[in-house]
Amino acid sequence: MRIVFASGKGGAGKTSVTASLAALWPRPVIAADCDVEAPNLHLFLAPDLAEQTAVTLDVPVLDAEKCTGCGSCKDICQYRAIARFGRKVLIFPDMCHGCGGCFAVCPEGALDTGKRELGVLEEGAFSAVGARGRFLMGRTRIGEAMTPPLLRALLARLETMTAEAGEDALIDAPPGVSCPAMTVAGRADTVVLVAEPTPFGIHDFTLAHAAFARTGARLAVVMNRSGMEGNESGDAALRAWCAERRLPLLAELPFDRAAAERYAAGGLIAGTSPLWEERFRALAEALLHRAEHGGRHA
Amino acid sequence: MREIVVISGKGGTGKTSVCAALAHLASAGSRGAGQGVVICDLDVDAPDLHLLLAPVPRRREAFISGNEAVIDRERCTRCGTCAGLCRFGAVRQEGDAFEIDPLRCEGCGVCFRLCPAGSIAFPERECGEWYISDTRFGLMAHALLNPGQENSGRLVSLLKQQARELARENGAQTILCDGSPGVGCPVISSLSGATLAVAVVEPTPSGVHDFERVAALCDHFRIPVALIINKADLNPAETARIRALAEEKGRTVAAELPFSPDVMRAMIAGKALTETDSPLAGLLAGAWKTIDGLAARADSRKTPNL
Repeated sequence: MRIVFASGKGGAGKTSVTASLAALWPRPVIAADCDVEAPNLHLFLAPDLAEQTAVTLDVPVLDAEKCTGCGSCKDICQYRAIARFGRKVLIFPDMCHGCGGCFAVCPEGALDTGKRELGVLEEGAFSAVGARGRFLMGRTRIGEAMTPPLLRALLARLETMTAEAGEDALIDAPPGVSCPAMTVAGRADTVVLVAEPTPFGIHDFTLAHAAFARTGARLAVVMNRSGMEGNESGDAALRAWCAERRLPLLAELPFDRAAAERYAAGGLIAGTSPLWEERFRALAEALLHRAEHGGRHA
Repeated sequence: MREIVVISGKGGTGKTSVCAALAHLASAGSRGAGQGVVICDLDVDAPDLHLLLAPVPRRREAFISGNEAVIDRERCTRCGTCAGLCRFGAVRQEGDAFEIDPLRCEGCGVCFRLCPAGSIAFPERECGEWYISDTRFGLMAHALLNPGQENSGRLVSLLKQQARELARENGAQTILCDGSPGVGCPVISSLSGATLAVAVVEPTPSGVHDFERVAALCDHFRIPVALIINKADLNPAETARIRALAEEKGRTVAAELPFSPDVMRAMIAGKALTETDSPLAGLLAGAWKTIDGLAARADSRKTPNL
């Protein structure tokens, strides 16, 4: 089973929820952090990260001896990664999206395959509270603009890992509704939208819902920081929004300064108190129950 | 012209609330031509600034970015050349028919150009809308991407270009941008050409980790960084560490803001924090003075003396 934790707005609490659930998940589990631009899950689960693999993109390298300057490569490139001055061809590998068009059209075989490093995959194991599990994450190289290929490599690795041992995968998605987030959600059985019932939170949640509904994954909602003084209308609005669309609201996690301070100190929110632990155990059960007994596809 | 971009690395640190307050302060401090502020929401994946600024669009345009491949099933000979060429896994085979997954299509056009039957079309992709609007603090450039759309880096570049034109036309001295989280494509586009980055950091493991990554990105592009430490009292020891590290790197901490329910209250009221009687308003006013000064200095270094 693959559960993706996503949110429209950053800071809604998806990493906290993923970490606490992974730490007390009742079945074998892999925790995966797909927020490759700003990965944080490892900070809370403290995995050993024993293995590291660089992920690269195939980019063209010009063999000037063979190049006749015909310009076919420049013509097919949509990303302005290839320019031609007279008969001289210049390649800008940083602009390349790795589509391979230039390789396919060069009549002289004058392009060799070079590598641009996109980032690294890191994997290992974590142990927390009662659970032990495997851990997988990706980290974008600073200055690298393209995240989807690193993500695809991460998801492919995750697929191999779960095929080996059949664990459940709990996946921390990138925030927002753009390409990286959609790439991750596209592979999920269930997408759990973590939503904060503030004006920003609800606005971004509705954007996220519209985007993720298109992926065909089963959707569910966890309300985070409910019960904030003065925000009763926000809580009610989010509840009503979910009820209208028959979106299951699996948990309401209240705002609690003690939990916020525990998070700020690098702790798991589930460890704030026995009550908090119970909240996450109940949420884990609700997710497993839905997976086993099916649920409405949103 | 000074271009100030508010960033955070991690989402949810208070970037947009801070940005709205700075926009208010920048507009309040302006007297006549050559001052004023143009506001720009570059967090195009999850734009929220409009919830506080209530912009009224005066111009509205479709955002077209790149193209996408579409297979004409009637003309397709099922040869599979496209599937063999596509490096993004965007060509799906269902039975003996081929189809393009629009979520995976990168718009590279390789299949369109090399299809031997000429059965692939390559129409322009409409990704959302962008707006030029009036707000109570000044003109604003902002946008809304269609759900699940990509190319947000290009949209960021477009909005910045619009904001620069608006600033030139209206003689505004400052462009204030709400950036996006992360360190990828939209953030790189947000920072391009910036005078100063203002990072809103929270003293949490995630906040510090992600800030360090985005600060490294700013160093990479040689953009000076000022800090606002938000929710500083949630972890005073970590706040002290962030401050010490900033001093070591020669970065200015423009303000330390305590965790406060006032931020949410202002959000619910649709106001900038500086439009409320919150004690944070005074701290933010002090921060703006510092930031404005830093931006002026960075700008004078950037502009060659003729």
